[in-house]
Parts: sequence; structure tokens; C-alpha cells
Amino acid sequence: MSDVEQLQSGLLAEIAEAGDLGAVEAIRVKALGKAGTVTGLLKTLGGMSPEERQIAGPRIHGAREAITAALAERKGTLETAALDARLATEKLDMTLPVSTGAQGSVHPVSQVMDELAEIFADLGFAVATGPEIEDDWHNFTALNIPETHPARAMHDTFYFPDEQARDGKKMLLRTHTSPVQIRTMMSQQPPIRIIAPGRTYRSDSDATHTPMFHQVEGLVIDRGIHMGHLKWTLETFVKAFFERDDIVLRLRPSFFPFTEPSAEVDVGYTRDKDGRRIIGGAEPDGWMEILGSGMVHPRVIAACGLDPDEWQGFAFGCGIDRLAMLKYGMDDLRPFFDGDLRWLKHYGFAALDVPTLSAGVGA
Amino acid sequence: MKFTLGWLKEHLETEATLDAILDGLTKVGLEVEGVEDPSAKLGMFKVARVLTAAPHPQADKLQVLSVDVGGPEPLQVVCGAPNARAGLIGVLGQPGDYVPGLDVTLKIAAIRGVESRGMMCSMRELELGESHDGIIELPADAPIGTPFIDYAGLADPVIDISVTPNRQDCMGVRGIARDLAAAGLGTLKNLVVPSIKGSGDCPIAIEIVDPDGCPAYFGRVVKGVVNGDSPEWMAKRLKAVGQRPISALVDITNYVMFDLGRPLHVHDLAKLSGPITVRKAKAGETALALNGKSYALDETMTVIADATGVHDIGGIMGGEHSGATGATSDVLIECAYFTPEAIARTGQKLGLTSDARVRFERGVDPAFLADGLAIATKLVTDICGGTATLAIEAGTPPSGGKALRYDPSLTEKLAGLKVAPEKQRAILTSLGFGIDAVWNVSVPSWRRDIDGTADLVEEVIRITGIDEVPSTPLPRAEGVAKPTATPQQAIERKARRTAAARGLNEAVTWSFISEAEAAPFGGGDWSLANPISEDLKVMRPSLLPGLIGAAGRNADRGADSIRLFEIGRRYLANSEGLTLGLLLAGDKAPRDWRTGKAQPFDALDAKAEAIAILAAAGAPVDRLQVFEAVSAGVYHPGRSATLRLGPKTILAEFGELHPAAARAFDIDGTVIAGEIYLDAIPAKRGGNDHIRVAYAPPPLQPVRRDFAFLVAADKPADDLLRAVRGADKVTIVDAKLFDIFTGTGVAEGEKSVAIEVTLQPADKSFTDADLTAISDKVVAAATKAGARLRG
Repeated sequence: MSDVEQLQSGLLAEIAEAGDLGAVEAIRVKALGKAGTVTGLLKTLGGMSPEERQIAGPRIHGAREAITAALAERKGTLETAALDARLATEKLDMTLPVSTGAQGSVHPVSQVMDELAEIFADLGFAVATGPEIEDDWHNFTALNIPETHPARAMHDTFYFPDEQARDGKKMLLRTHTSPVQIRTMMSQQPPIRIIAPGRTYRSDSDATHTPMFHQVEGLVIDRGIHMGHLKWTLETFVKAFFERDDIVLRLRPSFFPFTEPSAEVDVGYTRDKDGRRIIGGAEPDGWMEILGSGMVHPRVIAACGLDPDEWQGFAFGCGIDRLAMLKYGMDDLRPFFDGDLRWLKHYGFAALDVPTLSAGVGA
Repeated sequence: MKFTLGWLKEHLETEATLDAILDGLTKVGLEVEGVEDPSAKLGMFKVARVLTAAPHPQADKLQVLSVDVGGPEPLQVVCGAPNARAGLIGVLGQPGDYVPGLDVTLKIAAIRGVESRGMMCSMRELELGESHDGIIELPADAPIGTPFIDYAGLADPVIDISVTPNRQDCMGVRGIARDLAAAGLGTLKNLVVPSIKGSGDCPIAIEIVDPDGCPAYFGRVVKGVVNGDSPEWMAKRLKAVGQRPISALVDITNYVMFDLGRPLHVHDLAKLSGPITVRKAKAGETALALNGKSYALDETMTVIADATGVHDIGGIMGGEHSGATGATSDVLIECAYFTPEAIARTGQKLGLTSDARVRFERGVDPAFLADGLAIATKLVTDICGGTATLAIEAGTPPSGGKALRYDPSLTEKLAGLKVAPEKQRAILTSLGFGIDAVWNVSVPSWRRDIDGTADLVEEVIRITGIDEVPSTPLPRAEGVAKPTATPQQAIERKARRTAAARGLNEAVTWSFISEAEAAPFGGGDWSLANPISEDLKVMRPSLLPGLIGAAGRNADRGADSIRLFEIGRRYLANSEGLTLGLLLAGDKAPRDWRTGKAQPFDALDAKAEAIAILAAAGAPVDRLQVFEAVSAGVYHPGRSATLRLGPKTILAEFGELHPAAARAFDIDGTVIAGEIYLDAIPAKRGGNDHIRVAYAPPPLQPVRRDFAFLVAADKPADDLLRAVRGADKVTIVDAKLFDIFTGTGVAEGEKSVAIEVTLQPADKSFTDADLTAISDKVVAAATKAGARLRG
């Protein structure tokens, strides 16, 4: 065995036994440092004849490469072992509870209003608004409800004192969203397709009535619009809203001073195994009234400055709170306006439950 | 409006079943609200005779009866009624029968050891009356074994319909029958109008001084009547529809009103002095009405008076003083026409409603005064005897029934339903309309509601069946649906979902609050004249009272962390401003193994919510400035602020609720609240431009430098940050406050504020000299703002 081979095998044995990264580094310096043994051998190559160098060169270079590789490998092994040892001491109890942050919610009334806007947008209806503090002309007179009409008394109207009359008109809290019909027809030319959701007020309070509630008004004014269009619109809306195709509607002749002919609309329900009413079912077990509707009265159209011989259309009004109750199964109206966090979290909707037609308007 | 099936059949010749009639009523627009069919409820109970009654061996108050109900064997029944005795004929319920008054289904039972196979019933147990002194006793000729309700004549189903305000003609059974006949459910019988041969002049004169309020008053006297109980058939029908029989004369007026929609009134002639005068009330006059209450009248109200004063509030309620009693011998029957608008006004003013008012204010048939009076007279003489005088017909009722020019094609144009003209003619004719060959339509006098051709269309389609109207799709605009939300609606939706995403729960609270709740907010501009209660009186000037109330209720229920928001309007003198109110109370973070003690909310949490929500709603939050709060008394003066765009446009106000305000709302602990004025957010300029500003990231990395400054402890941090940011507008792109320190090493009355400044090199890296120069500018700017570099 030559000196070179002897040196190499000695170093390799030392490397194999090196116990830590410091020992590995010491061997590297001893062998490959400036004054290292292998470095020393490499320096001898310069003084050799070409023939000698041809023989010794590969041997010395081979030894250097073998030692370099062994050092790297040993270093890697030791580093892996050290990392494993450190990781073995680092432990987090992953069963510990974590907080996901406060969970907010959207009120069912707001959610249903968004659902309505989405459905009616697809049918070409824009969303209109109007004041809640109204005058009696927009709320009643223009809607063909003169002062002495029994329907006016039936509205249980909240009034403001006479001193607050504006332009000689008595001020009140709107009893329905229908004045938005008037404001819309007076401010834009037909064709008109709008819905108008919002707060409405009647001085009525019991298990099924609150003095404040929410309604949505629908209005279509165009040429040649008839009751068949009304029926289709309501059927289409109700099916889209409840996301069922087997919903049966029943139209009943009724009376609203601002529509003629007028119809109330019942929706068929079936009972589930717990006896709860579920909207829908081709063979209804019963009927629930959900909205009032009709063809806009020619006098109302004329009161808005439009020619009733040219323009006709339909209107409908529907309780939003009631729609929410029927769709999502609340059985009491009063908690809607109590702000009870338990109720809001139970019946509320996640912020990202934005109603869309592609994902379904319900959540 | 209630009526019985039997009563209906007085006017309608029909073979239709009860169910068919109920369906028909709803179909034509007379919505059925309820039906009480006694044969479904009480049909099982039978007439039975007590054969023997023996004492119960175990109980003093019970007897063991042997009861014959027509079967082969008598039944043994244990009974506790004091009047149970041998020979009594009563009403028996047997095992399986449901007793409505007890809410119990009978079964064979041992009562104190003795088997009982049924129950002898009281009136109350059958829900036929209040009497519970003992079991029902029937006359000796009551047929044993027959159903009790057949024997008692109670089998007539009672139907309750809702009559819409336009259909006064259906506030009498005959009008309902007419609608059903038109809908093919039978034939309307002829109305028999008796001809009354009066003898002698009416002994009292009738003068109409107020023809506007009462254009016509027809009346006559019947002399020598006996006003006893009304006959059983009439009393039974009145009871079935919820009317208490009073006396024959009064019952007759009620009967004719419910039968024919024709209100009447009867006066005891002996109690009238001088002519009957129909006039306006005088100021200060009062009327003591039949309901026992006294009403103060004014000059707009029509009254029936005599020489001594006011008797009746005309068309609404008769007077206590001159009403018919058992002693009445000569009676004046009144059949008048009152002007609907006047009745409505008077009724509203007095807050007085009655069956007569409901009919007069909807408009009774103006052509039915003489006939109505004749029918009433006949009933009076038939039931109470006496002799009728000649009638007086004072005044002239308005001519009812308009003439319309109709085009039958209108049905298809307006309702979308094609109905053959001949069918339309048949429908309208059966409803009483007259139609000539060229479709000139005369409206019947009882249909005051019909005043245009659209009304005729409604008549045709409601009788044809509104269900027949074919569903017709609305024409659809080309392409996909267009966006419909207005900018304000877009703002509202973004604000709502951002607040919810940030952990706030949306509430909806009343728009009206109490005066006390409004007071800290400067009171409300709008207070209801007729609030439902003092708590719901003032239109809210702020959303906070509602939220504070809700927070208080939640705290009372044990909620430990309250995050609420509401989006709604605040009601100002001249506008309704869309507002987002928010409230934070209790724990911001609960105690936790990681973070330790529970952390409370502070006023800056509201600032964070305000900025985040404003940003989401599209407000230019980079330009917002913090100013002091403006709602004095609402917020803690040192822990509240407004966010403004310039000095005038306030976008939000928030802070810690003033302890005095919190106390006024009876809520404990620190409450953080705020309002974001969504209506003040400036509209975005530019239309539907989706193209963003070109993307141009800086080519070189930014450089960060930290500075610590000493400033007066009460120096607003924002002043210093603004100064630093403004020190070199080209290179300084951000300045972040990352630490505030007071204590060791910082002089009393001072604080150390640490700021990280981010510098952005443009096209070449900063040199040391550049950086030193910028640092010097920063320090100089801070110094100018009253700070000095911390050494």
C-alpha cells in the first residue's frame, strides 16, 4: 500500500468515526486545509517529472475527491441526526382548542331582500326605494283611496301631528310600499319594471303583526301587459324563491282600491312528518295567503300623469318577513326585531352566503 | 260576515254540497274564513231518556243511571248532575264521542268502581252555552235516539266569509246568493216584497234638514205591537251568526240587515216628541248611544233628533232613550239612506263602529228603501201584530247605478282571458247588470263599487274563474339580466356583508323609539300623533338607541360578547339617511389559554370597524381625517371621534358610550358604539369602467428605517405621522407607528413614539448620502411638529 492509499484509508476511517460536526470540520482542516496532509501531497505534484505526475496525479486527486465526498456525506448524516433530535424535542399539543374568531351574520330580512333582488333582476326588475315618512297623497289618495274610503281606516295608519303637514298634505308612516309605485310612475317613463322592498308600518301588534314590518312591491307598466303576465311573474318568482318547481298558486278575486281586477294569491303547502307546513307539493294539504296583486287601476295610472289607454300593467305586494318565515321555518314574527344574538346566530346567514342564481338564491 | 247554509238557501235554490258552496265562495272572491258544521262536531250526541236513577254505592254525589237511547238494552251511566233523575230526557254522549267543552273523547270507564258507558251532557260541555248547573233537560216529546242537533235544529252549518270593502251588497245573505247563482251554484230565488196597505197617516212628521248627510228617510209607524221575544227560527239564525236576540222589534231590524244588507232602526213612538228631524248636530250636543256610551258630537255629524234633542247618531248607532223596549206599543220604523263619506267621517271621528256603519259607509242600495221598509213592516206585523200606517218617504235617495259603455274584448286585453261575449253577457246579467245589444251596460243600484270598465272585466273573470287566466311569460330583454342595483344599494350590500364578515351580527330594530331614548341624540324630528305606545313614538334620529336596547337585553340573557350592527334609516327633518350603526360590548376576546385574560373592547375597535366598512363601501379611506365627536352627551368626550372627508363631511362617528348615556339605557359596563353614514359616502365617479390603472411595480426594493421620537403625551399621534409622511413626498411611501412607550427613560408628560418609515427608490438605489438626507428631513419635519429624536 502506498503512502497515499494509507493516508486516504486512515482519513476515511477517522471521518466515519467523527461524532459531531466539529470533528468533521477538524478532519477537513487536517486533510484539506492550507497545511493539510492531502493539500501537502497535491503540492508535491508540481515538483514531479511528467511521468511521475502521470502516475501520482490521479492517485492524489482520487484521494482528495474520496475524502471530500466522505466529509460531505458524514456532515449530511450528522446534520440529519441533529435535526431529528431537535424536532423530537419540539411538540405542540394539536388537540388544543383554537378560536376561529367571532362569527358574524346577516339578518334573514336582509338576506331575503337580496334574494328578491337577485330573482327579479333576472326578470328585468330594478330595485326602487321611497321615503318611509310619506304624505297621505302618495300613500292613499293617488292610490285611489279617498279620505273616507273604508280601506283607509283598515290600514291602521300611524300619523304625524297636523303641524308637520308638508304642502298641505298630512304626513304619516307609509302603510305599504305601494307609494313607491306612484313615485316611480311619476319620475320615469314606461316601460317600468321595479320591485320596492322596505319597511312599512301599521298600528297593529299581536302574535302575527308587528307595528313595523317589511314589504316588497312589484310594478310593471308597459303596453299590452295583462293578468296572465302577472300570474306568470308570481309563479316564476315563487318557484325561484322557494327553489321548488312543484309549487301551486291559487289566485282569488279580492279588492284593493289601487288595482282592478285584484287578486289575492295563496300558495299551496304540504305538511312534513312533524306537521310543519312546507311550501310546495303538487297536491297541497292547504293554502296560505302570501300576497295581494292586481292590474294597476286606470285611475292610479292617470293620477301619475300617464295615459291609462296607452299604458297598463300590474302590481303586487308581499310581506318579506312572512316570506322569510315560510322559507326558513320561523314560527314567530316578534323575535325578528328583538336583536337577540341567539336568534340572529340561529337564523342569520353567513356573510358570504350571497344569493346568486348560479349557486341558488337560498342558503 | 257570518250566515248559515239554511239561511243561504232561503235565497238560493241549490243542490250543491256544502263543500261546493265553500269552494264557490272563495272562487268568486268571498273568501271563506271558517266553517262550523255542527253535525261534524255534535252529530253523535243523541236524545236519551233516564229510566232509573239509583244512588252510587261509593259516592254521595254520584248516581247510577239507566239510560234509554233507543237501543235494544238500556245503558248504565254514572252521572254527577244534581238534576239527573228518572224520567228526565237529555243528551247522551257515548264511548268514542268527542266532548268539545271538555276536550275529552269518551270511553267505557269505571267511576268509583261502577262501569259507565257514556255521559249525560250539559250545555257547556257541548259548547252550546254557558249553563253548567246541570245536564240538558228536553221536553217530554223529544224523540229518543235521534241526533240531538237535528232535534234542536242546530245542524245548520255556519259559514264565515271575509267581505272586501267594495262589496256591501254581500253584507247581506241575498247578495252572496246572487254571486253564487252567477257562478253556477244554483238559482237566485225571487225576493217577495209585500205590498203594505197602510191605514191612516203616519202620526209623526219626518223632516230632512241635512240632505247632504241623509238624502232620504223612509218611515212608517206600526201601532199596537207587542214586543216580545222573536220567533225561534229568527232567534236561532241570529244566534248562529253571533247576534244576541234582544226583542222581536230589534231582532227584526238585525235580521233584515244580515238578510238583505239593509240596516234599519226602530223608535218607540211614545218616547219621541215632535217631528223627527234629520239634521247636523250642534256643537256641544251629545248622544247617549245604545251601547251605553255617550258621544260628543260636532257640526259635521248627521243625527236623528226630535223636539227634545238628539236621539241617534244617524246611520251608526241608535239612541238609548228612544229605542224599542218590551213596553213599546207604537213603533216608528226607519229605513234611511246615509251618505257613505259622511258616515265614514263621523265613525272615524267618534271611533265608533257598528254593523250599520259598516254597511252605510260602503254604500247601501239606494233603490231599496221602499222595499226594505215594506219587508220590515211585514215582519213586524206578522211577529208583533199591530196596524201599519201609511209610509212617509222624506227626501230622495241618490240614483244608483251608472251606465257604462263596454267592449267585451277588454277582458282579454286586461285579464289575458278570452271569454265569449255571450258568456260575458250571461254572467253580467245574472249579477243584475242590464246590457243592450251594443253593450251599453247599466250597473245595478246595489253595485256602487262598479264605476269603470275594468270593474266589469273583474266581474267577468271572477265569475269565470281567475284560475282560468293563462300564465303568460313577460317579454324578456335580450341577453343576460342587466345589473339593477343603484350605487346606494351596492354600498349598502357591501357594508352589510363586510360587517358580518368581520364578526358582527345584523339586527333589525324598531324605527321608532321613546322620547327618553331620543333625548341624548338631540330628540327626534318626527313624533307620532298616535303611537302604539310611548316606547315606540319618536322616529329614531340615530340607530344607536335600538342597538343599545338590544345589547341590554342580550346582556340580561347572559351574552358575554356582543357585536351588533344594523343598517337602516335615521329620520331627520328633511331626509331619511341610510346608516350603519354598530355596537360592541362585553369581551372582545374571551379568556383563553393563549391570550390570557379576557380583553375588553375599546373605542379604537369601533374605529377599525368604521374604516374597514367604509373602505369596503368604496369610501376614499386614505383621505379620511380624525376629528372630535359632535354628538355631545352620547360619547365619552375623551374617547370618541368622527371620521371626515375635509372638515365638513362626516362619514362616521364612534367611541365609548358616555357613562351617563349608558346609565340612561340601564346597561352596565363599557359600551363601544358608532354610526357610519352610508348616505354621506361620495358617489364614485366614472361609469362602468372596469379597466384598472396599469400595473407598474417599482423595480427596486423599498428600504425601511425606524425612528423614535419624544413628544408631549397628549400630542395626537396622527399629527406626528402626517408630518413624517410629508417630510419627503417623493420617497416616503408609508410611515407606520409601531410602538408607544412611556415610563423608564421617558420624561414625565412625554411619550416615545416609534415609527417605521418606508422609502421607495425610483430608478437607482439610495446611497448613504441619500438616506442621511432623507433621515434629516424626517427628523426636521417631526421637530417642526413638536417632537424630538429620541437619543
